[in-house]
Amino acid sequence: MIEVRKLVKKYSDLTAVNNLDLSIKKGQFYGLLGPNGAGKTTTLKMLSMLLTPDSGEILIDGKIVNRKSRDVKTIIGVVPQHVSLQKETTVYETLVLHGLLHNMKFRVIKQRIDELLNFAEMSTMRNKKIETLSGGNKRKLMIIRSMLHKPSVLFLDEPTIGLDPAIRRVIWDLLKRLKTDGLTIILTTHYIEEANILCDVIGFMSRGSVVKEASPFEHMKGIKPVILENFNGNNTEYFYFDNREEASAAAVELDGEVHIRKTNLEDVYVSFTKDRRLE
Amino acid sequence: MRFFKELKPVIWDEWVIFRRHFFKISISAIINPILYIVAFGLGVTGGTSLSGVSYLKFLLPGVIALTTMNSSYKAISVKLITNRVYDQSFEQFLIAPISIFTLCFGKSLFGAFRGLYSGLLIVVIGKFFNITLNITPGFMAIMFLNGLVFGSLGMLGALIANSHADMNRFGTYVMLPMTFLCGTFFSTNQLPPFLRELVYLMPLTHASAILRSISMYKSFYLGSIFILLAYFILFQTLAYRKCLKIST
Ligand SMILES: Nc1ncnc2c1ncn2[C@@H]1O[C@H](COP(=O)(O)OP(=O)(O)OP(=O)(O)O)[C@@H](O)[C@H]1O
Ligand SMILES: [Mg+2]
Repeated sequence: MIEVRKLVKKYSDLTAVNNLDLSIKKGQFYGLLGPNGAGKTTTLKMLSMLLTPDSGEILIDGKIVNRKSRDVKTIIGVVPQHVSLQKETTVYETLVLHGLLHNMKFRVIKQRIDELLNFAEMSTMRNKKIETLSGGNKRKLMIIRSMLHKPSVLFLDEPTIGLDPAIRRVIWDLLKRLKTDGLTIILTTHYIEEANILCDVIGFMSRGSVVKEASPFEHMKGIKPVILENFNGNNTEYFYFDNREEASAAAVELDGEVHIRKTNLEDVYVSFTKDRRLE
Repeated sequence: MRFFKELKPVIWDEWVIFRRHFFKISISAIINPILYIVAFGLGVTGGTSLSGVSYLKFLLPGVIALTTMNSSYKAISVKLITNRVYDQSFEQFLIAPISIFTLCFGKSLFGAFRGLYSGLLIVVIGKFFNITLNITPGFMAIMFLNGLVFGSLGMLGALIANSHADMNRFGTYVMLPMTFLCGTFFSTNQLPPFLRELVYLMPLTHASAILRSISMYKSFYLGSIFILLAYFILFQTLAYRKCLKIST
């Protein structure tokens, strides 16, 4: 469904995306994770045709993508990292504009708006101005807006950034329901738990390319199951073990605060990105 | 056919804001022109006549020209710079499956409509000052064309500028001098030769010359229409090309 080949984007002398290859199957929920500045947003902007790559190729649904590819534009939905809504308009007007931009009939748009506002539990906010909405509702609105024209591909750039845990879960449910509808989705996030819950495949991105790609389950195989955290008064050191017994034995030798627990995806993430950040 | 379909969201987007702020927009469109009419038409000249007609009658078409200019320029530029730089909602249009050409053209078109609307308000205001002009379809068409020129200039400015401050500077450097010098308040014949030639390059000079001629049943230089058209095509093309390249 989405093929990315040797994609490169430079900002003057900084290479934000560096020879990136991606291959995402139809119906897959793909998580793009990586430290700040890894190039996730730049990648998604190129996929949604907001930025032109310096070189490389993007194919969506078998078609090459550029700013004039109208047929590709009709099948993608985009939720950018920043809030991008006109403050003076209402929820309803925002959604109508999106529908008209996608060449939908007014009657169909109205019907779809009712459906989606219901879906997101926002029906009461229909005529509220954007500037009066809370951050969570703005995010929810951006998500349902991206779905209004029934796209088959969705790009979500940190859709739950800055939201409280309760609302985040509401949005997760929303996304899970989309997944069952068979949409192909790319999601970026800094919340490892979010990726773990939602994604079929997670790609760790660092300095403009994906360094490792696997399912959350597979990722966990690459790391020992038990971790020992030792805070020595200055910083925390992490040691990995095959089981708790080994970890306890090692703990006896250590000064300071010691904590033993099961490893999780976050540890995988950190082990991937740590060495690279120090480079 | 597709062109008109794609035009719809662009116009609708502008229309929603226009409808919401209808009164605010109408009031602010007439304040400056009324002040000009009172200050220059009644205050400074006290009703003397210039080239055979009362100064008020001479002044009004100029004020209409500059009103259409300012209204269409502001209507497009203020919203676009806000959408592009502040709420970053302009990318919605760039992501959408509509042609960039239609997007740019639609904006200019609405700018022209806003200019025409404000211009007609001034025609009505003129009645209160007892000035009746010869308003023909041609007169309206020139108001509209002038609006296309400055709507597309506003769009171009808002695509290039990086902030409201940039936009304001452009207004001070370019729009304000035009407001005063381009045959709006006095005949360009009164200017020193080099300034007259400079002013002759400006689109507003031609708009106010044509409007004044029509309003007084006089003939005008047809080339002026082509100059306005040329400016419109130039600004429109530059804005289109900028829009193709722009990244958010
Ligand atoms: N318009 C720009 N001009 C110059 N440099 C840019 C621009 N946009 C991004 N960059 C740089 O490109 C690199 C990649 O940025 P990008 O926004 O893609 O990262 P990201 O992975 O999305 O990060 P985050 O997790 O913080 O959102 C960063 O070093 C950033 O500073
Ligand atoms: Mg980002």
